[in-house]
This record gives sequence, structure tokens and C-alpha cells, in this order.
Amino acid sequence: MIISLKHIIKLIVILTLVNFINHIVNAAEKVELLKTDWTFKGLFGKFDRGSLQRGYQVYSQVCSSCHSMKYLSYRNLTEKGGPEFTEEQAKAIAASYEVKDGPNADGEMFVRPGKLSDKFVQPYDNVKAAQAANGGAYPPDMSVLIKARSGGANYIYSLLQGYEDPPAEVTLDEGVYYNKYMYGNKIKMASPLSEGIVTYSDGTEATVEQMSKDITTFLMWTAEPHLESRHKMGFKAIIYLIILTILVYFSMKKIWSRIESEV
Amino acid sequence: MSDHEYTPKSKVGKWFNDRLPILTLANHLTDYPTPKNLNYWWTFGGILTFCLITQIITGLTLAMHYIAHADMAFESVEKIMRDVNYGWLIRYIHANGASMFFLAVYIHIFRSLFYGSYKSPREIIWIIGIIIYLLMMASAFMGYVLPWGQMSFWGATVITNLFSAIPLVGEGIVTWLWGGYSVDNPTLTRFFTLHYLIPFLILGLVVLHIWALHVPGNNNPVGIDIKKPSKDTVPFHPYIVIKDAFALLMFMIVFAFFVFYAPNILGHADNYIEANPMVTPAHIVPEWYLLPFYAILRSIPDKLLGVLAMLFAIIILALLPWLDTSKIRSAVFRPLYKQFYWILLADVLILGYVGAMPAEGLYLLIARIATFYYFLHFLVILPVLGFKEKTLPIPLSITDPVLGGSPNLAIAKNRDSFDN
Repeated sequence: MIISLKHIIKLIVILTLVNFINHIVNAAEKVELLKTDWTFKGLFGKFDRGSLQRGYQVYSQVCSSCHSMKYLSYRNLTEKGGPEFTEEQAKAIAASYEVKDGPNADGEMFVRPGKLSDKFVQPYDNVKAAQAANGGAYPPDMSVLIKARSGGANYIYSLLQGYEDPPAEVTLDEGVYYNKYMYGNKIKMASPLSEGIVTYSDGTEATVEQMSKDITTFLMWTAEPHLESRHKMGFKAIIYLIILTILVYFSMKKIWSRIESEV
Repeated sequence: MSDHEYTPKSKVGKWFNDRLPILTLANHLTDYPTPKNLNYWWTFGGILTFCLITQIITGLTLAMHYIAHADMAFESVEKIMRDVNYGWLIRYIHANGASMFFLAVYIHIFRSLFYGSYKSPREIIWIIGIIIYLLMMASAFMGYVLPWGQMSFWGATVITNLFSAIPLVGEGIVTWLWGGYSVDNPTLTRFFTLHYLIPFLILGLVVLHIWALHVPGNNNPVGIDIKKPSKDTVPFHPYIVIKDAFALLMFMIVFAFFVFYAPNILGHADNYIEANPMVTPAHIVPEWYLLPFYAILRSIPDKLLGVLAMLFAIIILALLPWLDTSKIRSAVFRPLYKQFYWILLADVLILGYVGAMPAEGLYLLIARIATFYYFLHFLVILPVLGFKEKTLPIPLSITDPVLGGSPNLAIAKNRDSFDN
């Protein structure tokens, strides 16, 4: 045991050193992301229900005109741990979209109002159509977008607020915008949010910062719909394991006390 | 191994055991004399068994919902995450379980290196272990391809392309591996098949690994041969079982932390983007546990030599029992080896770090120096050290120094603490 403790200390020293080098090397190139107090972080992290509902509003009124969300269905909006719209609200939301269905008995495709079981209606028929409408850039599907970007929630939150005039030495092509958080700083999406672009139904003031926060929270949920139950179960599982570990530790001490062993 | 013959007490038991001696085996496993001075670094064998079983069970469950098709794989994984009951839990256990498996296997390997567990008469255990490690890497790599994200696709492209370095037949082999002219659906389906098969091969090898272990018995921190059974040993059950259980539980707490609170921290964000053969990610990096070898591969300017160096970096481990010429097993009594051991560990960690960075400038230089040192350690330092090193006196038995038989261990331990 004496030996192993010393080894652990050495290992920690080595790891710290590696980490330190890492820090120095990386410090120069990284742009510090904006941060805010996400309610979904931490041991008991939960979504802010109001923020999720507002976030959905931003998504449906702003983002969804270009970005699809193909892994979500309208029924998800009512599920526990999500925005928790009432069933009536979600049905009304679904019904406000037109869904192509069919073929019917006559072999014809037809259009009907959306149902809870429908997937979110996509803005374009296919990737090519999306590219054609957006100057060649495909607006990525938003279902797991938060998990698909390093920096996660903070990155999306920053990106939405990172539009500014380009520095003098940067020239931008037509349809390209400058964003200080974007990889390479050039982005084909024009700044999507502007003061008051959405009128929140709960009366919250729709500042760019507020909307960025709400949509990011919503996107975190779409990427991790079971985040709340994961956190809840995780806490229970770890407490259980800790108690069991303590019990087993004392059993071990008792059993080993039968033999004199201090080597 | 215990010498006494085992006979079951009950008549039925005896009848059965005469025909299939499974009770004798169970008795052997519970009575198996184990050195009583094993420290916690020895608990990782049990932990690794747990990891393998966990991967197999969660993997079987995932396979019931996963669809191995280039157009549907990514979607089926999302379905598992969203709609399958506790699918997110199973998948996160499986994905993080792979990392935990490698964490444990690296500790297990480095424990062997420190205490000279690979030396005579345990060479076969060691070599089986290296084969298991190789299969683990193959299985983990193919498993990473299955979600069919960007890193899956491009990782598979980079790694399979390594075979094209083979002269004359290289290109042909790559086409054969892919089942086409690029990584595509046939590649995915065969990777899925092999990913499903390999864990069972590993399971079989684990049985051999343990069988081979039970012939000479465990090495121990003092690294001396001990009489079995004797005052130096304890029966495996309950002493080692309870200790392994305690260590396993602590390991599971760390495991649970990753699964529940940081399930994606060890993965790469790009793998949540569906595979797209038309878009290459900015940096293609393998999973963290393959990074040291990736660094060795990239540090050599020639493709074929790079691939050979990477392979040799693993094969060299299998030759370790003969490269290490020292008769003394435990680093506790090898003051010089111990220093080199820590340098090697640091070297491997540095290789892992630069493996994650772009192969250019300072990183490339560091990778080259570290690669050079890696081979220097095994090919020069270890063989020479065995002849040159002045080792410390070793005790005659584990209990002797405590009972006043030989003061050597106590002296050695004191000196050990002064040295560092």
C-alpha cells in the first residue's frame, strides 16, 4: 500500500504536467466561449420548462424555416422532461403543419394536418433542395446539433451572439457573414436573431441574449431528451454504489482481520 | 494449485463430479492459493472480467435494436437513444464501457510492467494477454464505426487505408477489406459481424489467460516465488473475492459518473454528424485509447514504415519476457528500472497527447522523440539494464521479514523511500 500511494502521487504529477503543457499550447488559439448559467448542468440539472417552451417558439418561428429536426416527433413535445406542452397544445402545434401522406386507396398522395405521431415537418424535400435555397450550404439538421459541435451548448449560445462586422483585413463574399465563434470565422447563415423577432407568448422580453439562451436550452433537450431522468437515476445509482462500497469495505476489513497481514 | 484431492460430500455430487469434474473446478477456484500481499493494482483482472461481461450484455441488447445499414445505422442509434426504453442508458454504458475497459487494461498492463509479471514462468499468460489487447483494439475500432457518424466513417477510411501501404497487393487488400471501392455498406455490415464475434473470442482467451495463470499462480508485489499453499498465501475465497469486489465497486462509481454525468466527454463531437463521404472532418482522430499508436504511426514520414512501426510497437510487448534480461521481477528491488518505468509511462502519455494533436510543427517533433524513446526503452534500455543494474537484496518469503526471518525487505523498503 505504501508503494501504490506513492505511485498514485507520481501519476498525478505526470498527468498535471501533461495537462499543463496542453493548457499552454492551446491557450493561444482558442476563443473563449460565452457562458451562462445553464439549469441543465450539474448533479441535479433540469431543464427550465419555460425556457424550453420559449425555445420551441424560437425554433418553429425562426430556425425551422431552414433547419430540419428529423428525429423528433410532435408527441415528444408532451413528454416528461421536455417542454411538457399539454396534449391539446401539442395537437394544435402538429395540426398547424401540413403533412404529406399516402398513397391512399386511389394511389394518390395527399396532404393532411399533422398528428402527434408525425415527425417534425422538414423545410426542404431533400438535401439538394436545401443547398440550392441556401447558397450551396446545407443547414444542418438540429436534432443532435448540440452534441455534434465541440463546445456544445456554450458554442451554439455564443455563435448566435457572435455576429459582428468583419475586421478590415477580411473580405467576405456575397452571402457569407463574419462570426467570431465560427470555425474559420466565415458562416453562410445570416444572423438569425434580432431584437423582438419573436413575440414570446409568456411575455418574456425577446432580447437576442434571451432567445439564444432559450433556443440553446431547447436544442440541448432535443439532443438529450432523457437528460433529466439520466441525472435523476445517476444520483441514485452513485449513492447506492457508495453505500455498498462502504459496506463491502468493512466486510473486507473484518475478513482480512482473521490473518495477520501487514506487508 | 492445491495438492489435495477434492471429493464432493453428497452422493449425487460425487456421481456428477466423477463424470464432469465441475465441482472440482469450483473448489479449485475458491481454494486457489493467492499471495496475501497483493495490492489494489492486482484487482484489475477481476475488473476487466466485469468490463467484458458488461460489454457483451449491453452489446447484445443494442444489437437487437441497431440496424447495420449505411442508410439506417445513424438513425437506428438515435432511435435507441430516444424511443427504446432505457436505450440511452444501455448505449452510454456500452460506449463508456469501452473506455473503462481500456482504462482498466492499461492499468493491468502497466502493473505487469512494474512488477515483472510477464517474466518466467508467466510468459504464456502475458502473450495471451497481448493477443486479448490486440483483439480489444480491433473490436473497439469496429464498434466505433457502427454509429456511422463522421468520425466512424473517416476513422474507418484512415485505418483500413493503412493496409494499402503493403507493397504490390496493398490496394487489392484494401478493396477486399472494404468489399468495394470505398468504405460503404458492405464495410459496415462486415464490421458489425466482426464486432459481434470478437468479444466471444476474447472471452475464450480470457479463460485461457486465467487457466495459464492458475498453473504458476499469481505474481506478487515482492516478485518472489512463494510456496503454495503456505503462510504466504490466502484462499481466493473469501479474501481476494471481497477485495476485488471492493475495488470493483470503486471502479463502478467512476464508471457511473461518466455514464450519467459526462456520457459524451470521451467521444468526439463529429460522431454526432451522420457520415458524409463528401465532407472530410478537419482533424481525424481515433478514440483516446488508440492515440499513442496513432502518434507513432504519424511520426514516421514513410507510410509503410509508419505502419510497421505501429505494429511493432505492439508486437514488441509480446517479446518483453525476453527483452527484459533481469532475473528480478519486481521494480521494488530494481532502483534503475523503476526510474525508467516512470519515464516510459510519461512517454506513452505524451505519445497519447500528441496523437490527438495535428501532426505538425512542435507536436510532430515531440511525437518523433517520444516514438524513438519508446523503442529505445524496449530494445536497448531493458536488455542492457538486466546486466548492468545493481539490484537490491530480495527477501526469501513474504512473511519472513515480518516475522523476523530476514530484514532484507524492510531495508529494501526503507531504501525505496529514500530513493524517491
